[in-house]
Amino acid sequence: MPEKKVALELKNITKAFGGKVIANDHVSMDIRYGEILSVLGENGSGKTTLMNMIAGIYYPDEGEIFVNGEPVTIADPKDAFACGIGMIHQHFKLVDLFTATENIILGLKEKGPYNLKKAAKRVREISEQYGFNIDPNKKVYQMSVSEKQTVEIIKVLYRGADILLLDEPTAVLTPQETRKLFDVLRRMRDAGKAIVIITHKLNEVLELSDRVAVLRKGVHIGTVETKDATVKSLTEMMVGEKVDLNIERPLPENPEERLIVAHLRVMDRNGYSVLDDVSFTAYSGEILGIAGIAGSGQRELLETIAGLQPITYGGIQYITPGTGKIELLRDLTPLQIRNLGVRLSFVPEDRLGMGLVGNMDITNNMMLRSYRKGPTVFLETKEPHDLAEKIVDDLQVATPSIETPVRRLSGGNVQKVLVGREIAAAPTVLMAAYPVRGLDINSSYLIYKLLNEQKKNGVAVIFVGEDLDVLMALSDRILVIGQGQVAGILDARTADKEEIGLLMTKGRTEDHGEEYKKHLASVRGGHHK
Amino acid sequence: MREPLFHIVRRNSSSRMRGWAVRGIAILAAVLLSGLLTFLVTGLNPLEVYSKMIQGNFGSTRRIWVLLQNTAILLIIALALTPAFKMRFWNTGAEGQVLIGGFGAALMMRFVGASLPNALLIPLELLAAIAAGALWGFIPAFFKAKWKTNETLFTLMMNYVAIQIVSWFCTLFAVPKGSGQLGILNQSTEAGWLPTLFGQKYMMNVIIVVAVLIFVFIYLRFSKHGYEISVVGESEKTARYVGINVKSVIIRTMLLSGALCGVAGFLLVCGTDHSITPNTVGGEGFTGIMVSWLAKFNPFVMVFTSALIIFMKNGAAQIATSFHLNESFGDILTGIIIFFIIGCEFFINYRVVFRKKAAKETDAPVKESTLREKASIASEAVNDKPAAEAEEDKKPLSEEEKKEVKA
Repeated sequence: MPEKKVALELKNITKAFGGKVIANDHVSMDIRYGEILSVLGENGSGKTTLMNMIAGIYYPDEGEIFVNGEPVTIADPKDAFACGIGMIHQHFKLVDLFTATENIILGLKEKGPYNLKKAAKRVREISEQYGFNIDPNKKVYQMSVSEKQTVEIIKVLYRGADILLLDEPTAVLTPQETRKLFDVLRRMRDAGKAIVIITHKLNEVLELSDRVAVLRKGVHIGTVETKDATVKSLTEMMVGEKVDLNIERPLPENPEERLIVAHLRVMDRNGYSVLDDVSFTAYSGEILGIAGIAGSGQRELLETIAGLQPITYGGIQYITPGTGKIELLRDLTPLQIRNLGVRLSFVPEDRLGMGLVGNMDITNNMMLRSYRKGPTVFLETKEPHDLAEKIVDDLQVATPSIETPVRRLSGGNVQKVLVGREIAAAPTVLMAAYPVRGLDINSSYLIYKLLNEQKKNGVAVIFVGEDLDVLMALSDRILVIGQGQVAGILDARTADKEEIGLLMTKGRTEDHGEEYKKHLASVRGGHHK
Repeated sequence: MREPLFHIVRRNSSSRMRGWAVRGIAILAAVLLSGLLTFLVTGLNPLEVYSKMIQGNFGSTRRIWVLLQNTAILLIIALALTPAFKMRFWNTGAEGQVLIGGFGAALMMRFVGASLPNALLIPLELLAAIAAGALWGFIPAFFKAKWKTNETLFTLMMNYVAIQIVSWFCTLFAVPKGSGQLGILNQSTEAGWLPTLFGQKYMMNVIIVVAVLIFVFIYLRFSKHGYEISVVGESEKTARYVGINVKSVIIRTMLLSGALCGVAGFLLVCGTDHSITPNTVGGEGFTGIMVSWLAKFNPFVMVFTSALIIFMKNGAAQIATSFHLNESFGDILTGIIIFFIIGCEFFINYRVVFRKKAAKETDAPVKESTLREKASIASEAVNDKPAAEAEEDKKPLSEEEKKEVKA
């Protein structure tokens, strides 16, 4: 195979944040036209930092960048565009009230008069060329996530980019949407564009890319041809050691009904329902996985069970182990729930904003659950201190000391502290929302192991996840949630990924009415902010 | 490569020693600049001016006691504000809370003074002051908890209500009629006046403030309430998640904050002035905000920050009279010193790296200026850094910003 023309070359790029964290350490690699390159690495390996330097968002401390063989200086995103480089970020930057076309030409200084029709025509041409499916006159607030992403991609192409950088483009997409995106990317590659996708999902890497560049702790470990790579070999490159990727799934033992959620309806502040007629039962000794597109009501569901959201209709029953005594959890605060003897632990999605206090040390964070203990008005610090030491030991939390504020710890260690505390409360129900988000592989597998241990102890585990492969490997049953409704409850041992993907999108395909209403409400009454 | 002329870099670790050294240098620089300014503007010898300032504070036993007394009052106000501030409740209403507390005490002194012995009257005055101050703290807290009103504006407005009430009262009971002044209350009987201790009129005040200092320290540091205040201040979401009743913590803390302000009012009326005017607090309710912030809410550091501010103020008054300068000149000097003290925090947390130097620094690599950081979205870098160093980056700014926005 003839060598493809090099589009962009990085030489010894180094970038550090603060003193200790070196995000990129003398990284050299090339990106070629007519090729899809995956930049693979765990969270914190420096993938996004590297791409941000190419896109002009950061400036490298050291090193050189060549575009088409010429040395260039990319000091801001404008320079990047001038070099034909365009980045599609993970979070979109679109004006909701504008149409696709208006967003695409926003901020662009074109010669000639402002001509929307001409621009729309060009947008259509680009769409046809690469097989995008987009209405140039549709307003952004009426669009699905995947459509918004399409607008972002066209925006970059419209500006004449030949080198496209996509940061975790599939994180927000369903399996079906992902497949569509990949088709488009392949077409762009065949048209001669240089495409880089940043990702940590190995299956996607193998499916889509031509070459894979692996980063580990800021160092470029190597670039391999995808055809020579396997999940196993790539993982080892990412982690630097052999990793057992099997997730254990023991059969549930003596499952009993533990938590019954019936016809639950929850409204947001604007009076629109975020959960609608949600019913399910969680059993002891079982992991119930919850799958769904981000923002489909997963957070609200767990928060409602934890007593943090008011219930409009329906109820939650807790069946006490042993005695079978039924407690009704509706309209109770978290404290009242605890005082009933319901041992409900909750690992929220927002670890430092809800689960922990970032500025407090580990001991003080242990105290969050237990500080009320003791007869005096003063805090008792002995127990939480011991617990903090135990968790640091047991879960191997990397921390200078237990007096270190938790915000100084890395994501994985923060999560160990939080999960450790929640498990230490000896729960009978354990809810975890995206517990492995942002964690490296080893920490992720530790969390899976901890969840499995709880399951074996007879805890009813509710696990909200985003990676369908993990959900299908870890859970006993999978509840699919779509637009605040239960789209289906499947047996995880027999479920099919495709089927789950379809259920995730059920009822949301063309119906943007709800979103539109919400949007209007937020425009009219900014007061709720 | 094109690179900005300089950029600002966050220090990874600022040792405490370094911090104090920077602060020391800042004060020294402020003193030098003030001296230069004094010389250029007035033609006076700065050393002489400084020695007068010191004389103004330590020149006589009486002056030392005035320094102690003023510091004590400023300190107790700052202490009273601190629990609210730790909860991120921006109480700008100390002025009114102190005044209305003093008003409560003055009412007792004026109307009950003749019929009760001091042993009963003084506790009664204290109770009245605490109740009035607590009420003034409770009202905005209640509205905040119930309807999410803006506490900064609300507490600020409550100041004017308190001032008008006292003003009306002073007119009504003025001696002589029409003067608008109450005059010294119970001058002949000294009923309801705090007793002199060890022959010192202000000793009682100082002792009470020291007691409050210790109380506030212990309350915030070791009590369950103090812990709740910290959690609510850091994150209301976390507080709700662990079952803290945020509303009741807000109200409880403001009751305390107001009550302590009431004690300050009691000290002003019963231990210092033996009278009340709309201007009794004289702006110390606002200065107290600065004292508390300068000390980063550490009660013991507040002793120093309040003493420093009072020292400057008394010194300024002294040089104004000694050299026939306008008293505003003293304020200018105070302003310079406070500007340096606040400004040096920037150099404690950040450093400026110039172009050439940056290229050489390989062992301590640096971060780009904040502008660029802000331009980035979704940057993994933010996730990359030890979880929330990113948060820390924003913090020194955002606290100030919050303060500004709310104000």
